[in-house]
Amino acid sequence: MAELGIDELQNIANKLRLDVIEMTTAAGSGHPGGSLSAADAIAALYFRVMNIDPADPYKEDRDRFVLSKGHAAPILYAALAERGYFPTEELITLRKIGSRLQGHPSYREVPGVEVTTGSLGQGLSMACGIALAGKLDKKDYRVYCLLGDGELQEGQNWEAAMFARAKGLNNMTVLVDRNKLQICGNTEEVLALDPLPEKFRAFGWNVTIVDGHNIRQIIEACFKASQAKKGPSVIILNTVKGKGVSFMENNVGFHGRSCKPDEYEKAVEELKAVIR
Amino acid sequence: MSGEKLAQRSYYGKALADLAEIDPNVVVLDADLAGSTKTSSFEKVAPERFVEVGIAEANMIGIAAGLAASGKTAFASTFGVFASGRCWEQIRMAVAYPNLNVKVVATHCGLSVGPDGATHQALEDIAIMRALPNMTVVVPCDAHEAYAATIALAKTNGPAYMRMGRSEFPVIKPADCTFTIGKADVVREGTDVSIIACGQMVQTSLEAAEMLAAEGINAEVINMATIKPLDGEAIKATASKTGAVVTVEEHSVIGGLGSAVAEYLSENLPTPMGRIGTKDTFGESGEAEELLVKYGLAKEDIVAKAKEIIKLKS
Ligand SMILES: Cc1ncc(C[n+]2csc(CCOP(=O)(O)OP(=O)(O)O)c2C)c(N)n1
Ligand SMILES: [Mg+2]
Repeated sequence: MAELGIDELQNIANKLRLDVIEMTTAAGSGHPGGSLSAADAIAALYFRVMNIDPADPYKEDRDRFVLSKGHAAPILYAALAERGYFPTEELITLRKIGSRLQGHPSYREVPGVEVTTGSLGQGLSMACGIALAGKLDKKDYRVYCLLGDGELQEGQNWEAAMFARAKGLNNMTVLVDRNKLQICGNTEEVLALDPLPEKFRAFGWNVTIVDGHNIRQIIEACFKASQAKKGPSVIILNTVKGKGVSFMENNVGFHGRSCKPDEYEKAVEELKAVIR
Repeated sequence: MSGEKLAQRSYYGKALADLAEIDPNVVVLDADLAGSTKTSSFEKVAPERFVEVGIAEANMIGIAAGLAASGKTAFASTFGVFASGRCWEQIRMAVAYPNLNVKVVATHCGLSVGPDGATHQALEDIAIMRALPNMTVVVPCDAHEAYAATIALAKTNGPAYMRMGRSEFPVIKPADCTFTIGKADVVREGTDVSIIACGQMVQTSLEAAEMLAAEGINAEVINMATIKPLDGEAIKATASKTGAVVTVEEHSVIGGLGSAVAEYLSENLPTPMGRIGTKDTFGESGEAEELLVKYGLAKEDIVAKAKEIIKLKS
């Protein structure tokens, strides 16, 4: 694939957002908020950063992606479809009986889905396992893992964080979707995570903080992480939950519900206005 | 009103809010799902005794155990898969072994969770919870019984697991029903076959009994709302009357109600029996009703199984 410019990637991110709205509305359920906040990072990874081949989804040397916040499955499926892993027409079968597009990602049920997630707090451990296998097999693939910020309240993440550093897993890039919202509200009110960068630094990680809706910054941070000699790297993406649809932005209500018909019309209108 | 569709978790929330008034010792713990599990109803009236732990179920159980060790009655709630599975060993050591007064109350159990899919459909929770010594396991049949069971659990010292669904479904019990832990009840009398069910499947079993009645088969339906301690006397009474038993649960046939009844009957009163439940499989995304049909938990499946077992009577 020819290298896409930042504008093109931004356009793709918005297309993925539109897919998310179409899919979750057709399903009548699902998690649009955390899918929209991650759209720019997912576009950067799937259309620029990661070494992947939709025609050969499990080629040995591919980079791997772990969606630890599995409820954001719609954005992953949208990226896989738009990238050519499966037909985009299939997207609207999300969450329907008999569909491959399960409510939460299921290992290899859809080509390109590397692990099963949906129960929060387990993806980072799986990413560690994949990264460790890469070291054992002397492969130079990278493992990318996207975490929710609320998800970081699960203790297993910190067991994995300790492990990754102890085992020198510099082949891992973790991205945290720091949208500051979880189901019951603001993360800092539910169970404070800050100072989050300091927590990762104390665990020996390389930390970069970027605007999670600035694709250039995301790509640069990913490149920097890939050059790290020591330790795993984390990129904290400062994001807005529901990004791209005005009435969904920072609206905790859209964590786990889809659009009603009038909301759908408005969301589609807003997104179509920015898509070329 | 009988037949009205109500969600069990809403009545669990109501019961907690009422308990907040009558029992100053009750504390409620949540792991970022208060709106879904309805523990938010307790938070509204007793915010100072509501403990939000964040997305950290294992920690929640440990904190609940510490609170219970200090004299509190601790209710800890989340979705069934996390409540039972995520922190099973925490429940085992910190709650069940020391016999502490922690009530693990799970919502969103079974296939009827629907589109969230297999990761969120608890189908093994009864099995792993009833295996724990000291653990009481309760599966109320409707919203009213969920209310009564919550009150009963609060009044009874010791560890317990209560299982509820996500969806709204018809109530069987009157709003003022009472609940006795360890006692089954006959919700329909019959002589030809005993259908022993729990949870939402009691309603489905009643519908199946009507279908059987149309064919001249008189089924007895038992609501086995406590899986542990199991009401052996009730099983013996119905099995000796009908001589054929079918169990029905929105859970795997491995280790749940069906297994508990099979264990009891094979040791005390060997009787032809069959089990309705998921057959050693995970669920998938889909609408609740579609899934119940696809996985063999529809009233037609109960009817077919009842006829099959009746044929085995000697
Ligand atoms: C172990 C576990 N506990 C609870 C849930 C229910 N749940 C789904 S999403 C969510 C909130 C996630 O918040 P966050 O990680 O910040 O995700 P985002 O804001 O990116 O959507 C919760 C509690 C779950 N899926 N897994
Ligand atoms: Mg968040």
